[in-house]
Amino acid sequence: MFDTLFRKRDFYAGGLMTLLGAGVTLNSTTYNTGTLMHMGPGMFPFILGIVLTFIGVMIFGTALVTPLGDDEEILPKNKEWLGWFCILAGPVCFIILGHYFGMAAGTFSCVFVSALGDRTATLKGSALLALCITIPGCLLFSYVLQLPFPLFRWGF
Amino acid sequence: MIGQAFTDLWYGFGVAFEPHNLMWCFVGVLVGNMVGVLPGMGPLATISILLPLTFGIKPVGAILMLAGVFYGAQYGGAICSILLNLPCHPPHAVTCLDGFPLTKQGRGGAALGITVISSFVGASWGITEMIFLSPILVTVALKFGPAEICSLMLLGLLAGSTLARGSPLKGVAMTVCGLLLGIVGSDIETGTPRFTFGIPNLFDGVEIVALALGLFGIAEFMKSVNQLSEVDTKYTNVKFKDLRPTRDELRRSWPAMIRGTLIGSLCALIPGTGPTIASFISYATEKKISKTPEKFGTGMIEGVACPEASTHSSVQGDFIPTMSLGIPGDAVMALILGALMIQGIVPGPQLISEHPDIFWGLVASFWIGNIMLVVLNVPMIGIWVKLLTIPYKYLYPSALFFVCIGVYSTNNDMFQVGETVVIGLVGYLLLLLDFHPAPILLGFVLGPRFEENFRRAMLISRGDALVFIKHPISAVFVGLCVVLIVGQIYVRLRKPKALVDAIPLTSLDHNPRTAEEA
Repeated sequence: MFDTLFRKRDFYAGGLMTLLGAGVTLNSTTYNTGTLMHMGPGMFPFILGIVLTFIGVMIFGTALVTPLGDDEEILPKNKEWLGWFCILAGPVCFIILGHYFGMAAGTFSCVFVSALGDRTATLKGSALLALCITIPGCLLFSYVLQLPFPLFRWGF
Repeated sequence: MIGQAFTDLWYGFGVAFEPHNLMWCFVGVLVGNMVGVLPGMGPLATISILLPLTFGIKPVGAILMLAGVFYGAQYGGAICSILLNLPCHPPHAVTCLDGFPLTKQGRGGAALGITVISSFVGASWGITEMIFLSPILVTVALKFGPAEICSLMLLGLLAGSTLARGSPLKGVAMTVCGLLLGIVGSDIETGTPRFTFGIPNLFDGVEIVALALGLFGIAEFMKSVNQLSEVDTKYTNVKFKDLRPTRDELRRSWPAMIRGTLIGSLCALIPGTGPTIASFISYATEKKISKTPEKFGTGMIEGVACPEASTHSSVQGDFIPTMSLGIPGDAVMALILGALMIQGIVPGPQLISEHPDIFWGLVASFWIGNIMLVVLNVPMIGIWVKLLTIPYKYLYPSALFFVCIGVYSTNNDMFQVGETVVIGLVGYLLLLLDFHPAPILLGFVLGPRFEENFRRAMLISRGDALVFIKHPISAVFVGLCVVLIVGQIYVRLRKPKALVDAIPLTSLDHNPRTAEEA
């Protein structure tokens, strides 16, 4: 029974929710819980934390009683590490380059990096796509919508 | 009462026909339709991405535009599912069953034409329902005290999370997570910062735009990257004149549309059963009633008309509790409520009397918008079909840019872009663990009001937790909650064979194109 348990998706799902619930419950006791009549800021999260822990344990319980399914692999069949990384890295580039060099650099790097996540993407194609998005995008947000975000800056 | 309704409606048309409101409605429908057609972009992603654009507009215009985006995107999704067999939005999954075979037979244009007509019929009925039911609901709801509001919200949250797709237990877990996310920030009464981890940017709470774009933008892109096969466009050559259905097709569709509309509006009355369930039930019913049930799935025009009508009538019906009680039925409605709150408008029963321009303007704009949709789609179908061929590898990087700049523009704060990335990563992990993140948004939007009313109810009752059962109206809601939970347990334990006929609801989960749940 226990050897299959670690391969079940609900085992991890339930575990995650239980931990989260327990964490919230513990953390909420650091705020003033007050009484039921005069509830402090900690009371509502305290109740929610207990409810979440309880639900987490129940999900965990379903993992115990149900037989192992065919599709219990948590990660999908095709592991797109590069794709996932690029999608997350795009906005991060936007934050860093946007903060130091302005909207144009942020936009270009965001589109360029995230476009590289596709399996068929090439450096040239991605750069071209990034350029095609950056120019109209910056015009739209900077001139039409007047977003207070300088197009270019040099700020360390 | 009818006279009053007509006066209000007249006023609403006055608001909706103001040039700038009309323009925003048009922009919303156009952009929503355009983005909704793109494969892999469902209404939730579309609304979240376009939400930041509405911040600069006055509340009425903003809400008209968002509503326009919503039904525009839904209609765009129908095009995508009929011509490409790709349900970008779950309610359209059943439309595919008969819509795509029709396309293969070269009648895809007619199927689209029927879709236009049936969505208009369904929506019109839903709007009529909204006109008459909302004021009644409001008069009832104004008598509610904090205890009643609290148990009603509990019912809404439970229904929204357990009746959606996937395991009900996980749905409730997600709702609780949403409620907890809603707590982040300063406490409303004492100002104590909660769950901010000492980060000053979090004192105002988690930004709804960041949450929505993380969950329905970044997490969905991560799920779909490299998973989408090349779009097969050999059937998509639809021209303007193909849209006209034949006399026989029209004759067969009418009764199906009316049945679908009725089923949709019934489903809308039960909280939590959104358009997805409505469309599945109506398709199953239509199949049962039909004299030739074996032909369903091979291109029956009724199989397109019925679910489309029921989807649209149920969607309009979903606006009733959202606007009159301030309790959204699904994530899309939660987003629209969130947009209202960003505009500084408090949702709840007082909305209709305090902001009649918003409510009646919205009602009137539904009609105007739906007519615009028909008018837009007829000549522009060729362009929409071209949009279908845009490959995903160009689409998601561009969408990511809109995500970043959209989140940034809400508060001009780079920190929130980072917030979106983190939420997106967590959202993807939750997706991998079989959690459906839509209820998070529901909990998040209702959370602060839920806590406020809960505290108030307990204060008034002097700390007596039984107050929720002592008040009769509240007791009814609590009773319904119990019925819902017990019913779910019963259904789960019995493993029913007859659950919505043999339509594979679960097959949606394996379709990477299914961008989001109801």
